[in-house]
Amino acid sequence: MQALTKMTWVELKLKLREPVGTFFTLVFPLLLLFLFGSIYGNEPTAFLGGRGNVDNSVPGYIAMIIGTTGMIGLPIALSVYREQGILRRFRAAPITPGLVLGSQVAVNLIVSLVGMAFLILVGVFVYDLVLPAAPFSTFLAVIMSGFSFLSVGFVLASLLPTATSAQAVGMALFFPMMFLSGAGLPQQILPEKLVAFSQYLPLTYVVNLLQGLWYGDGWNWTAVLVLAGMTVAATAVSVRYFRWE
Amino acid sequence: MTNVIEVTNLRKTYGATVAVEDISLTVQKGEIFGIVGPNGAGKTTTVETIMGLRRPDSGTVRVLGLDPQTQAEELRQRLGIQLQEASLPDYLKVWEALDLFASFYHQTVPWEPLLAQWGLGDKRNTRFKNLSGGQKQRLFIALALLNDPEVVFLDELTTGLDPQARRATWEMVRAIRDQGKTVILVTHFMDEAEELADRVAIIDQGRLAALDTPQALIQGLQTGSTVRFTSVNGFDAAVLEEVAGVTAVHQKNGSLQAPQITVQGSGPLLSRVAVKLAEYNIAPLDLRVELADLEEVFLALTGHKIRA
Repeated sequence: MQALTKMTWVELKLKLREPVGTFFTLVFPLLLLFLFGSIYGNEPTAFLGGRGNVDNSVPGYIAMIIGTTGMIGLPIALSVYREQGILRRFRAAPITPGLVLGSQVAVNLIVSLVGMAFLILVGVFVYDLVLPAAPFSTFLAVIMSGFSFLSVGFVLASLLPTATSAQAVGMALFFPMMFLSGAGLPQQILPEKLVAFSQYLPLTYVVNLLQGLWYGDGWNWTAVLVLAGMTVAATAVSVRYFRWE
Repeated sequence: MTNVIEVTNLRKTYGATVAVEDISLTVQKGEIFGIVGPNGAGKTTTVETIMGLRRPDSGTVRVLGLDPQTQAEELRQRLGIQLQEASLPDYLKVWEALDLFASFYHQTVPWEPLLAQWGLGDKRNTRFKNLSGGQKQRLFIALALLNDPEVVFLDELTTGLDPQARRATWEMVRAIRDQGKTVILVTHFMDEAEELADRVAIIDQGRLAALDTPQALIQGLQTGSTVRFTSVNGFDAAVLEEVAGVTAVHQKNGSLQAPQITVQGSGPLLSRVAVKLAEYNIAPLDLRVELADLEEVFLALTGHKIRA
């Protein structure tokens, strides 16, 4: 436990020393918030079901942070660690793989939560963002979604041979999801066919889950089931295929 | 002497490639045990199997009485490991590396004196990527000694270091042995093994070609001896062929230098050659016996040079 705490703390410091790696988690969501906030403001409109643009977007931006951390941030970080022989050095010490992986989960969740806190703070102070109807459940849902996408990240890091390929595949998965799932753009502006297609994208379930809890519609159990299933399957695959070198 | 490592009929393949064919050896407590051989001979595979990082196809390995496969955690608490091609995160500071690795072990020595001892006292706040090659190596040695290990593995410790840093590193390896620790030194530098190792295992193509002290291996060579000197112009070296025991005389003429003579033979070659030269009033200042070294032992044992 002491080792896990120390490892997580060290990883956190490393992230702060190389802040460019956290751009998509900490900065990009804020840029979107300001961009669309300055264009559309946060006045309720019928087009968005009576919600303002910012209120309609923030749960999606939170989902976007979860997606980018799991599909891009984690796989690149782990692949670089493997490629440079850092995992090799750790492995020679009397530690379990769980320590290295657990610290990665912890540090990525922490940085994600910081990014979300920025987003909510700026949203509230600049655009009068409406806070979640069920704050504790929303928090739980964020953690649960975080686990599911981090487990996908482990699969990418396990199956892809290099950091370059992990980055390419991660981005190829993330960007379509960002545009189609309702994370980066409101689904209200998408044609019906694309909305139907988005049901095949895992990030859509994170958006649905968070929006439901944020607007007071309760738990979306389909989303819970999909994300839980994804966590179990991805964990099984990465336990089987994870390589230290 | 107690055996700290016992390897019996070790075999390890990667697909169709046989990395280790069949190796048996024992390492005794308190010795520097050299494992030498060309790149790709199976040295690293052998030691990584001993550490428990790789699973052998067959054969048994015992380290400190433990099985590296089933008792890996317990064993690694007692080993110090410096690996080839290992690294640390670029932005990790020296002190953070030591502090972090210290949290992995049940028992550690204080890391501040360790840093000073390895000449990194003023580098404690330096990031890993800003260390020189020699400083990185010393940090890895410090990490390997953090848990006061009983057995220390050093794999290609001096590769990439300049000659001065190599010499300094050799001193440090002796210092580790002098603390009573057993050192496994893997290297493809024969001079390094000859200089440091109490016993040397020569590995070639996945097999143990020889295992003995460097002196015994060199003395075991039945190659006779070689005498060299710088001659003077006009001296016909052929007269040395009459000297008792001489088997061959070679003369190398340089355009600018005086001729270099090489005499091969057996018996008290140096004194006999000196006597003959005195007859011709030639007293070369550099008359000397060339000693055989482990490179020649390797050549004699395997039929090929250690470096192609």
